Order: sequence, then structure tokens, then C-alpha cells
Amino acid sequence: MLADRDRIFTNLYGRHSPGLTEALKRGNWDGTKFLLEKGRDWIINEMKASGLRGRGGAGFSTGLKWSFMPKKSDGRPHYLVVNADESEPGTCKDREILRHDPHLLIEGCMIASFAMGAHAAYVYLRGEYIAERIALQKAVDEAYEAKLVGKDNIHGYPFDIYVHHGAGAYICGEETALLESLEGKKGMPRLKPPFPANMGLYGCPTTVNNVESIAVAGTILRRGAAWFSGIGRPNNAGTKLFCVSGHVNTPCNVEEAMGLTFRELIDRHCGGIRGGWDNLLAVIPGGVSVPLVPAEQIIDAPMDFDTLRAMKTGLGTAAVVVMDKSTDVVRAIARISAFYKHESCGQCTPCREGTGWMWRVISRMAEGRAQKREIDLLLDVTTRVEGHTICALGDAAAWPIQGLIRHFRHEIEKRIDDYAANPHGEPVLVAAE
Amino acid sequence: MSVRRLAPKEIQPEGFAFTPENTAWAERIIAKYPEGRQASAVISLLWKAQEQGGGWVSEPAIRTIADLLKMPYIRVLEVATFYTMFNLQPVGRYFIQFCGTTPCRLRGAQDIQDVLEQRVGHQGHVTEDGLFSWLEVECLGACCNAPMVQINNDYYEDLTPESFNKLLDDLAAGRPVKPGPQNGRVASEPLNAINTLLEPSLYDGSVVGSWRKRFEEEEARARAEAAAKAAEEKAAAEKAALAAREAAVPEPAKPATTRAGEQVADTPAHRVAEGKEPIKPESQQAAAPDTAPKAADRAADDKTKG
Repeated sequence: MLADRDRIFTNLYGRHSPGLTEALKRGNWDGTKFLLEKGRDWIINEMKASGLRGRGGAGFSTGLKWSFMPKKSDGRPHYLVVNADESEPGTCKDREILRHDPHLLIEGCMIASFAMGAHAAYVYLRGEYIAERIALQKAVDEAYEAKLVGKDNIHGYPFDIYVHHGAGAYICGEETALLESLEGKKGMPRLKPPFPANMGLYGCPTTVNNVESIAVAGTILRRGAAWFSGIGRPNNAGTKLFCVSGHVNTPCNVEEAMGLTFRELIDRHCGGIRGGWDNLLAVIPGGVSVPLVPAEQIIDAPMDFDTLRAMKTGLGTAAVVVMDKSTDVVRAIARISAFYKHESCGQCTPCREGTGWMWRVISRMAEGRAQKREIDLLLDVTTRVEGHTICALGDAAAWPIQGLIRHFRHEIEKRIDDYAANPHGEPVLVAAE
Repeated sequence: MSVRRLAPKEIQPEGFAFTPENTAWAERIIAKYPEGRQASAVISLLWKAQEQGGGWVSEPAIRTIADLLKMPYIRVLEVATFYTMFNLQPVGRYFIQFCGTTPCRLRGAQDIQDVLEQRVGHQGHVTEDGLFSWLEVECLGACCNAPMVQINNDYYEDLTPESFNKLLDDLAAGRPVKPGPQNGRVASEPLNAINTLLEPSLYDGSVVGSWRKRFEEEEARARAEAAAKAAEEKAAAEKAALAAREAAVPEPAKPATTRAGEQVADTPAHRVAEGKEPIKPESQQAAAPDTAPKAADRAADDKTKG
């Protein structure tokens, strides 16, 4: 098990105060000026060497992303935007950072902004996180008061941080949709290129990072790239917040080393599977947009980006949704389809029409009110949505269904057979005596 | 996507104006964004309008905000209808957003939904007393604490039908309620089974500065290396100086040529070594005989020939 002193989010469970005094004791804002004095290139190289992969789902190297920003400003300001629009079902890790370890995030913003030549950072919270927004704003105010941030701060680098919020749109977690929303428009993703590093917020060079990716920066720089890359597995380095929900005995958020096996994760922190390991049916390992994996494949698999990709799923945001054998897996996936139908922004036709179509068909299948040939038709339609849209929401809507058909086709067929045997679903009427 | 329309004309209020307090607040929000980018404040302002308007956004409010931010009405209307947290119809005093996405469903959200349907009625319906209305919403991001609902601004997590019924009773009776997990958890820690973050040294301030050792060592190493390098350079310099001194000792006289009768080549290097002026290209040109055909003449010659 990861040692406590190797954990970055030491107040994950909110058992200590999130306030500045306690945060300083936990080592937040410790020697930030010293780190900044090491220079931009040192910070970016150190982040690259640490092997940190973005924690928002795609797993792209954070240091590399920072290095895409123009080295010299052409007159336009640079911006850092922090994506705290945590809406992927199953994911609830950023919420804990925002309300319990906000100073790690603010410090990370300062360091990342310095490394990218940005003097302003916007943190975009999802609209529903009202208590979290208040908590973060409080921490920001504390930081301003202690002159840790602001125009004239003790670090000698003018830097402003603003808390912004959305109003309940999943799509705003996509980086360009988030920028649109931040500009006061509907959250519809932009076509890329131009990429945000050239034309982002207000047409200026911008980098959008997940909360967790930014919040770990300070600790990585302090303890060194070698320390971080020494945890986990090659190419899947470091610690990661796992959000385990569903049919485990004690669902929880926990920071663990990447690449620990699913079994270790569940046994150590979540009190085991409800009803024992034999009762496990399937797992969605990275937020509902990744395909599910049946029990026998996941149990001893290391939880990291590359292993899970090889299993045709993904680590995503490390939101582990556990389903035991009491689960109606077809209905569970149909509910996810309903989610994507609701959250499609409506910009691209394949997604706007496809998510609704897929939801209607899979809902019928959940009842069994379908033809077996429709399973292949549905699979075909998912491949026509996937990859044919501006953003990845189309893909995200297609993958859960593809995963279901890949692993639980027999379940759908059984459902159809059962329905065909008794199409009305009501008890056969018996003549009254 | 979901189809969302404004409330019918009959229930729209006559007009809308922010209270002086909220106007001042709005100005502070607008100031967060660069000059000319005041449209960025539209979501915050709609939010405030919803708060002030009793939980929903009316058409006059949308127009007021558009005027305030110098945006076309349609742009604000677009935003108000796109984002699902803006209620376009009146809601109950306690507006319950019930999370019905898969992770909550797995933990028994259906039971919570049943309670809502029994006590409050169908979705969107406001109870007679105006106290409650509910809506099934998509994932609210508290999946480790499922099932959960959001009532106005607060999350109520780890619900059971019993605790949820009690919560609704307390709200209806105006008794104080405690937001957050309803089963004794603080946040999203494993219930009664915490086995991480127990190390006291993480919290007593002893971690502060402990990481600097690495940099000090690195610096010491760098300094040592620099010192070694400097010493090496110094030694090299001394050696060079010694060699120079040795070189300065006059050598035995040599004949002007290496071999008897051999001419020394008249190279620039040789001339410099002997302290003579090197031959410059200009002087060479000047020395060229006038009889040599000039380039221009040659070109003219070529033309006549062609």
C-alpha cells in the first residue's frame, strides 16, 4: 500500500481544516518562491520527467502540454484554465480537492501559470458544486490576503486567480466547450485546430488542465520528478485518486499508486465486493464513458492507462463503478445512454440524432422488446457516431454500448427470448372461479 | 439534448430588476473578466437572477441581463435554455435535484425516487403548499456518497428511504437539517474503515521544508563539481602558463630556410610572422597589368561575337 507520506492529498477526507494555517502545516505553499526561481524550463522539464499524465481522462503528458504554450508572448496575454467541471458519472475526486485541499490547487495554478507565462487563471467549477465554490473562493481570498497571489505578491510574479462556474452542462468538461462557456456562450465544442495553446480563451494562448493535474504540481516539484516517477509502473507513473462507487462495502475516494490491481484497490480500501468476489459481475474502470469489463478480466488487472487500454477500455478519470450480480447490466448501460442523450450539445448531427436513437433502441433491449438482428444494427450505428463528431462525446456515448455488446451480448439475447416467450409481461389471466 | 422552453406568458412577471445589493455584486463579477469580455459574467448573473426570482429565470430577467451586459437578447436566451440548471418554470421552495445516473442507481436511487413520487408527485410538479418540487438530473459528482440529492444549494448524501423521509419531514416542519452525508460520514472516506492518512507527522508541520534536503544535496554536489572544475581549470591554466614561459625562452638560431637553397613560400601567414604587411586583394588588383582584358570588355566582346 502507498505509504501515507507519499500521498499528495493529505486532507482528502476533510478531517483537518482546509484553511491556510493548517494547509501551511501540511506543506502547501512551502518554498513556492524557491521553485519559481528555478525557472520556467526547469519546471516544465521536471513535470515532463515526472511522467505525470493528465488526470482528466485522456492521459496526455501534462509537462508536454505546458510546453506547447508560446515561449514568448506576442502581445496577447496567456491564460491557464482549470477544468473543475467534474461531470463524468462515477467521478467525484476533484470535489474533495476543491473543498478540502484548495491550497494545493491554488499553488499549482501559480506554478503552472508561471511555467506558461500566464498572469491569470480561471477555475471553472460545475454549477452544482456550490459549497465547493464557496470553499475554493474562501481559500482564494485567504491566499490574496496572505499575499501568496495577487498583483503584488511575495513570490514576485503578478498572478490573479478567479473562480468561475457553469450551470449544469456535462459538455463543458470538454476543453473548448469550457472555453466557450467561459466566454459567456453555449458550451459547444470548437473545431480544432486552432488548438487552445494558440487560440484559446478570448483568442489568446490558453492551457486547460484538470484540477488533479494542477494540484499535484507543487508536490511533484518539491519532492522531485524521480520520486513521482518511481511510484506506479513505467509510463503510468505516480499516484492517482480513485473514486470507487457502486457495489462495494465501503465506497470511497482514495489516493493510490497507479498500477495497483483492482483486487488490491477493493480489498484494501473498499471493504471488498458486496457479497464477496464471486458476486462481481462487471466493472466500469474509468467513468461511464469507457466500456465495461467483465469480472474475470478485471479482478487481477493493474489499474493503469496502458493495461486498461489493452483491455479495450480505459482508466479515464479512475472512477471505478462496480456492479455485482444483482445488477441489470443492460438497464445500467441504457441509463448511461440516456445520460448522453441528455448531455449532447446538439451541434453535430451524428451525436444529436445518434445518442437519442441509441438510447431508444437500448431501452427496448433492456425490456427485451427487440429483434436479435437489431443488436448488430445498434453496434453498427455506434461505430458511425464514434469518431464522426467534433468532440469526444459521440465516442463516449458509443463506447459503453460497444462494451455491453462485446461482453454481454448473451444477456441481451436472453432478454429478447424471454420477452418473445411472454410478450405482454403480465401474468396470464386466470378465469375467476 | 433536452428541449427547454420559457414559462408561458401568463406566469411571467411584469419586469425584473436586480436589487441594489445584487447590482453591486454583479459589478464585482463583471470586473473579474478583461475589458470588453463582460459576456463571461452571463452565467453568474443568470444564477443570481434565479436566486432573486425565487428559484427560476423569467423572460424579463433574461432581457435585463442582456441589457446589463450589452449582449443581444437571443444570446442570453440561448445560454438560459442551454444550461439545465436554469429553471425556466417556477419550482418549489425546496427544489430537489435527484441524481438518477447509473452510479446512484446501483446504490438504490430508485427507492429515493419512489419516496419522491409518493410524497411530491411527478417530476416538475410543485406541491400545493409550494414547498417541494423535484427533477431527475444527471450525475451530480458525489458518486462515492450515492444515492444523493441536491436540495437548493446543498448536497444530501448516503441516503436511505428512511433518512430521506426524515429529511423531507424536517424541511417541511422548518427544522434545521444537516447537509452532507446522512449516515455519519464526514465526506467520501470509507465508512468506519479509514486506513489511510493516519500518519500524525503529516499534520504537525514537520513536513515543511523536509524536501529541501534534496535540493541542498544537489546544490552541494553542483558546488563540489564546480569547485573541482575550477581547480582543474586552474591547474590547466598553470600548466599553460608554464608552457608559455618555456616557449618564451629564446630558441637557438635557425637558418632562414629549412634546407639550404630552399625558398620560403610567400604565404600571408609567413608575411605576418615576419612582421610584413599582408598582401590585400585590392593591391593585387592594382598590380594587375592594364593590358589584361577587363570583365566589361569581355562581356561586350561576347555580345558582338554572339
